[in-house]
Amino acid sequence: MFIINCPYCGEREQSEFKAGGEAHIERPKQPTELSDDQWAEYLFMRKNIKGIQFERWVHVHGCRKWFNMVRDTTNDQIHAVYKMGEKPPIK
Amino acid sequence: MPKNLRINSSNFIDETTRVSFKFDGKTYYGFKGDTLASALIANGIHLVARSFKYHRPRGIMTAGSEEPNAIVQINGNTAYTEPNVRATEIEIYDGLEASSQNCWPNVNFDIGGINNILSPLLPAGFYYKTFMWPASFWEKYEYFIRKSAGLGKSPTKPDPDLYEHKYIHCDVLVIGGGISGIMAAKTAAENNYKTLLLDEKPHLGGTTIYQSSEFNKINNQYSSKWLENEISNLKNIKNLEIKTRTSVAAYHGYNFLLARENLTDHLPLNKKKDKIRQRLLKIRAKKVIAATGSIERPLIFNNNDRPGIILSSAIKKYSDYYGVVCGKENILFTNNDSAYETAISLFNKGIKINAIIDIREKVNSEITNHAEKIGIKIYNSYTIVDTSGYRRIKEVSIMKLSKDGQSVTGSKIKIKCNCLGISGGWTPAVHLFTQSGGKLKFDNEDNVFIPSKYPSDQISIGSCNGEFDLNTIIKNFNQNIKNFLGIDKTSFEDLKINSTKEILKRNIWLLPSDKAIGKCKPFVDFQNDATAKDIKLALREGFRSIEHVKRYTTTGMGTDQGKLGNMHALGIISDTSGVKMSDLGTTTFRPPYTPLTFGTIVGRNVGEFFDIFRKTPIHDWHVDNNAEFENVGQWKRAWYYPKKGESMFDAVQRESKAARDGAGILDASTLGKIDIQGSDASEFLNRVYTNAWSKLAIGKCRYGLMLNEDGMVYDDGVTTRLNENHYIMTTTTGGAATVLGKLEDYLQTEWPELDVYLTSVTDHFATISVCGPNSKKIVKKVIPDLDLSDEEFPHMSFKNAKIDNIKCRVMRISFTGEQSYEINIQANFGKSVWEKCMEAGKEFNITPYGTETMHLLRAEKGFIIVGQDTDATLTPIDLQMNWIVSKKKYDFIGKRSLYRSDTIREDRKQLVGIVTEDPREVLEEGAQIVADVSKKPVEMLGHITSSYFSPNLNKSIALGVVKGGKNMLGKKLFIPMKNKIISVHVADPVFLDKENKRLNA
Ligand SMILES: [Zn+2]
Repeated sequence: MFIINCPYCGEREQSEFKAGGEAHIERPKQPTELSDDQWAEYLFMRKNIKGIQFERWVHVHGCRKWFNMVRDTTNDQIHAVYKMGEKPPIK
Repeated sequence: MPKNLRINSSNFIDETTRVSFKFDGKTYYGFKGDTLASALIANGIHLVARSFKYHRPRGIMTAGSEEPNAIVQINGNTAYTEPNVRATEIEIYDGLEASSQNCWPNVNFDIGGINNILSPLLPAGFYYKTFMWPASFWEKYEYFIRKSAGLGKSPTKPDPDLYEHKYIHCDVLVIGGGISGIMAAKTAAENNYKTLLLDEKPHLGGTTIYQSSEFNKINNQYSSKWLENEISNLKNIKNLEIKTRTSVAAYHGYNFLLARENLTDHLPLNKKKDKIRQRLLKIRAKKVIAATGSIERPLIFNNNDRPGIILSSAIKKYSDYYGVVCGKENILFTNNDSAYETAISLFNKGIKINAIIDIREKVNSEITNHAEKIGIKIYNSYTIVDTSGYRRIKEVSIMKLSKDGQSVTGSKIKIKCNCLGISGGWTPAVHLFTQSGGKLKFDNEDNVFIPSKYPSDQISIGSCNGEFDLNTIIKNFNQNIKNFLGIDKTSFEDLKINSTKEILKRNIWLLPSDKAIGKCKPFVDFQNDATAKDIKLALREGFRSIEHVKRYTTTGMGTDQGKLGNMHALGIISDTSGVKMSDLGTTTFRPPYTPLTFGTIVGRNVGEFFDIFRKTPIHDWHVDNNAEFENVGQWKRAWYYPKKGESMFDAVQRESKAARDGAGILDASTLGKIDIQGSDASEFLNRVYTNAWSKLAIGKCRYGLMLNEDGMVYDDGVTTRLNENHYIMTTTTGGAATVLGKLEDYLQTEWPELDVYLTSVTDHFATISVCGPNSKKIVKKVIPDLDLSDEEFPHMSFKNAKIDNIKCRVMRISFTGEQSYEINIQANFGKSVWEKCMEAGKEFNITPYGTETMHLLRAEKGFIIVGQDTDATLTPIDLQMNWIVSKKKYDFIGKRSLYRSDTIREDRKQLVGIVTEDPREVLEEGAQIVADVSKKPVEMLGHITSSYFSPNLNKSIALGVVKGGKNMLGKKLFIPMKNKIISVHVADPVFLDKENKRLNA
């Protein structure tokens, strides 16, 4: 079970958080302009990386804030947490 | 009790306290401190089980948690019964009843033993190959397999014991209280680390505590004496907490560990009562020191599984620790020096050693020379090729090993014995280390896997790190612990150590016999009866990955998790396939390290504490008025209110009729309520609902449908505009939390520019819905000041009001199709307002109704219930609710998905009304709908989602989803049931009052 450093609250147990899938996928501003394929790309296609992955998490049993996290899926090491709208601190 | 199986008074057994226990129905005696295994051996009993597949007689083989054979059921048919208890771990107490598992009718005469004779027919994968086909026969096979195999019986009565969970945070966790763990705990605590030391045994000290040998001395004392002194000084150390009888079950990432603390299992029955039996410790440690020791390996040779064949180290523990003699005629069979320690220790106690058989050539070490000097007969470069004795080993046959160790030569020598100690070297207990994500490396010299890469702040020390002699252990300890704890000095740096070091090693994973392997039974996994032959067969049949071989042969899959035989399985695979051990990798060790009871896992979360349940402020009234309840999410909702002698059907029919004829009252407090405020609240609602919200006037209500981004219906409810920038949204009872979560997600991540604030107020308000033709009169009596005229207060509008000076919100909205009013009032006034409504409604026959009637009434009107009529595969168009999807809005959640090629298909499942040809016939919810029953396979068009008998229409009504149902109005379809086929017609889903006249009646 991880310990996650919520950018608003500090270190907390993983059980207080919920994962929310891949980060940095922006909802299209003009969905009506998109073809079925383009919309499907946004809607369904997600990466499942073995290694460094950028993810959304929410401190659901805490401050209820969403934030981003960089996690290595091979060993669950968390390399960074950062607020929504911020650029990832590592590549 | 047979005489002379007890020797000298042991320090660890209380020989003044006699304990009586039962095994397989017979009464025996042991002493306080005995395990069931040591007490049985002291009574001359070795045969305690039958093996899983061949039902071969099996005896106690070890003295610890790695025991594969001596698995017993304790406490018979009582609620306290427990299967799969290791006799080597359970401490005896007065009143303990244990029985052999996996043998019928009894351990000495076992019908399943026929499998042993049939064993050529039971090779690896036998169960897979034989019983899998035809699939329809599996149920029949299973019955027989379970009856003749089966490891114990699960209890049938509720567990009467108490369990609990406890969180522990510490700086340093030390796992294992042997010599390494004790030194580590002392060092950490003395350096101001808050330290926790755990050991699975009743006493600290590991194997060193009974190591009284000339060959293991510290500061000129026996290592046992030295350690005893260290242990007694531990209690003076601050910062150190010690828990014995506590085994670590799981080691997760980020140094999170689970351990089971055993509190009462060793106590007599009358002292267990009202105490907590076991505690699950949830430990978060900053640093972890694993000192988990090592497990002695067996040797793999023909017929190596007879009762009386015991690990050499276990024989030593039984005699040195428990004062129990395993056999009077002993042979030790080894590939290393540690069996010599056993031999010398037994010899010193006057126990007869008939021979040591050593697969190595003559060794010239201190300890082997000593064994020779005291006159023990040693056969070097010999191996056992066979054993005999059915219920107990009687004799071994040995032959000279060839140079390469692959065959035997010369003549056979037979030696009598009734106990054979075997030692194949030591396997570091790295299970917890690998669970934590650690990577192992293979050490070719000792043939062991040892920790290589630590995934968290942890270290392995002592024999679990591949250090086997006292000198190396202490030298490495001083060096490694200083680095790990960041300290300059330990108090163990000036110790004077005398210990022997092994100078010659020889390892043969599968020892040869004079017979061909096909005629031999060299067991690798004793519990699952997997032999070396099975592993070779699996390889011949094409299995390569160790994980596959393991599953196919069931090696390592028993309750002992392959603690004994896993290394040999790997070794045999490596030898046979030519792949190096280091390239082969190991199987994954999964938690728990030793089995946990369900009681420990669930702790206090049983019975009424199993899950949280939520009650409305009016709950007590429902209880007082005989309501039956149903669970909706975590809520207990009043389901129906049966009167004396009424069935559920009767009650619902009565309630439904009363609500339409006179007045009904429903507790709707469980509906989710979200308070929405901010200057962009209207815009926000526009984006989350399918319909338009900007023009909703203050004081008006509107029904809304919420979609997922994939276009599927997600939730629905009525939202009211309380003020310019203030709305109150209602959600379904079950969806409240997820809707709030979803809205927050969009607000924070997609639309952070919107000025909107969401607050859950579900629990803040009680919601009382009064409906029916008399509802207006009733509400008028309860709130006389409120103008209820249709002009002033029309359908789908809201008013602020006061009841006895308490503010409330009244919405005129309807889920039943009747004129109805919803009073929302501060929760703690809920019950009194409900009672006021009941009082005011008395003259109009006001009838409380529950969720079942609510469902029936809304079905008469064709209103959907999200989650009952929908299942995340239906769009609003599929529901024939096109009217609620705004054509004008540029965007809302899910809009783009409504015209994907898949969602615009005409033949999607669509919601329709279904009426039966026989109006008395009520369909089953979930029943399949078909058009043609004659054509096989029958095409399923859809299913029934809601079905009731409507008392107001006096006929059966149903809703269902049907492929292309939208264009099937009037079409005849069929519902095939088990013993009949029901004819139905597709109908308009609105069955009652299509013109909505009743809303204003
Ligand atoms: Zn937080």
